Amino acid sequence: MSFDFGVIISNLKFLLLQGLIGIGMFTGGTLRLAIPAILLGFCVGIILGLARLGQRPWIHYPAAIYIELIRGIPLVMVIFWFWFLAPVFLKRPVPEYWIALTAFVCFEGAYIGEIVRAGIQSVPRGQIDAATATGLGYIQTMIQVILPQAIRNMIPSLVTQFIVLFKDTSLASIIGMMDLTKAAQTVAARELRPFEMYIFIAVIYWIFTYSMSRFSLWLEIRMSPERVASPG
Amino acid sequence: MFDSFMWLAGFLGIPYQFRWGILWEAPHYTWIINGLWMTLRISAISWIFAVLLGIIFGALRTVPFRPLRALATAYVEFFRNVPLLVWLFFWYFGAPEVLPEPIRQWLIHHGMEFWSAVAGISIYHGARMSEVIRAGIQSIPKTQLEAGISSGLSVSQTYRIIIIPIALRLIVPPVTNESLNLLKNSSLAMTIGVAELTFATRQIETYTAKAFEAFTAGTVIYLVLCLGIAFVMNRVERKFAIPGLIARAERAEH
Repeated sequence: MSFDFGVIISNLKFLLLQGLIGIGMFTGGTLRLAIPAILLGFCVGIILGLARLGQRPWIHYPAAIYIELIRGIPLVMVIFWFWFLAPVFLKRPVPEYWIALTAFVCFEGAYIGEIVRAGIQSVPRGQIDAATATGLGYIQTMIQVILPQAIRNMIPSLVTQFIVLFKDTSLASIIGMMDLTKAAQTVAARELRPFEMYIFIAVIYWIFTYSMSRFSLWLEIRMSPERVASPG
Repeated sequence: MFDSFMWLAGFLGIPYQFRWGILWEAPHYTWIINGLWMTLRISAISWIFAVLLGIIFGALRTVPFRPLRALATAYVEFFRNVPLLVWLFFWYFGAPEVLPEPIRQWLIHHGMEFWSAVAGISIYHGARMSEVIRAGIQSIPKTQLEAGISSGLSVSQTYRIIIIPIALRLIVPPVTNESLNLLKNSSLAMTIGVAELTFATRQIETYTAKAFEAFTAGTVIYLVLCLGIAFVMNRVERKFAIPGLIARAERAEH
């Protein structure tokens, strides 16, 4: 078996432009799916996280049930649900890109909701009491005392979840969306070079996820003053 | 209850006829049972390998010898940062190409999909598992060891009586979480043709065009599995919990 890494060069434009970025004849692209999915998933996550912490049962229970339900099933199953339900409800064919985006936002929203909830709960109650004792109102307490600490606590888990979401976008290829994985599959089938192709996209995915995880580490050190004082 | 779905579909004007009976018809329920069995089998075998890899590389990442640590770090950082789907395609389509012909022939005749899926899932989750185990080991303060030795125990006694019992309690919750991820991720094996649970539901959908019923069956089975395991492990954790330690375990997860 001899290797021919030339196939990567000759298909580079298709793989990167169409597969990674999403410019070309197919609606898709790993980045074009991942970036909106991360932003919208974060919004849905904040709403779900706050709803789960809500006092009223009709806000609290639906959010809790939704989160536990989504977290108990594989992402493939969620994608298939949307793939089947979207055309039935809208009564017209729906492009794979929109099915995948909706599925990712709904799925990741549940995971991000748990992170938001844990972040807010990680701030000790004493902080609220202390802020109240110094004469701050509820909104001032939230904005100036609780949320800055909650967000700082959330950041490592949030970036980890964004990395997971970025990797999960490869599942959009299962319903036929043209992302990096699908592009590599197409080229591998045409050129009969699966080994080189999959190693190549593994490296591409790795460059993105690894730099995100380094960034998260940097952010974590930067945002926690106590760690600067005592390394390790 | 199922009639209410029918009413809902009619209300929304959706042209869909429910037929829950297809799930109990002749070949369909056997597909589901075989699929469930395959999901459990592939998850169990991959889990054993993943935990072994996790222990080996998680421990290697804490040794003082630098080259070994670098090797373990390289394994973990490369394998866990690439999508599992890409690894499955790599182990199924790519990797057999470089194997010697006799081994390849043997694999083709002995369920190559299955072993490729096991390789992909266990190497990917082994990398993730080792991170969990490393965090657990490192979250035990050195003072525990020092306190044990200064109270007259030998090093091995300290490990046996103090360190390992604490480490296990700290590690079990995140390992449970990771094991459930493994179970859910085993559904990706359908993409390389392993007839597991998701594959079975897709098969029923293809044969009968009753997607709602088929996907409901798959979803309910996954939910029962995941919530059931989570419930049991939660009880186990609570039974063995040491007050004051659990809060630190949660912090270490970050």
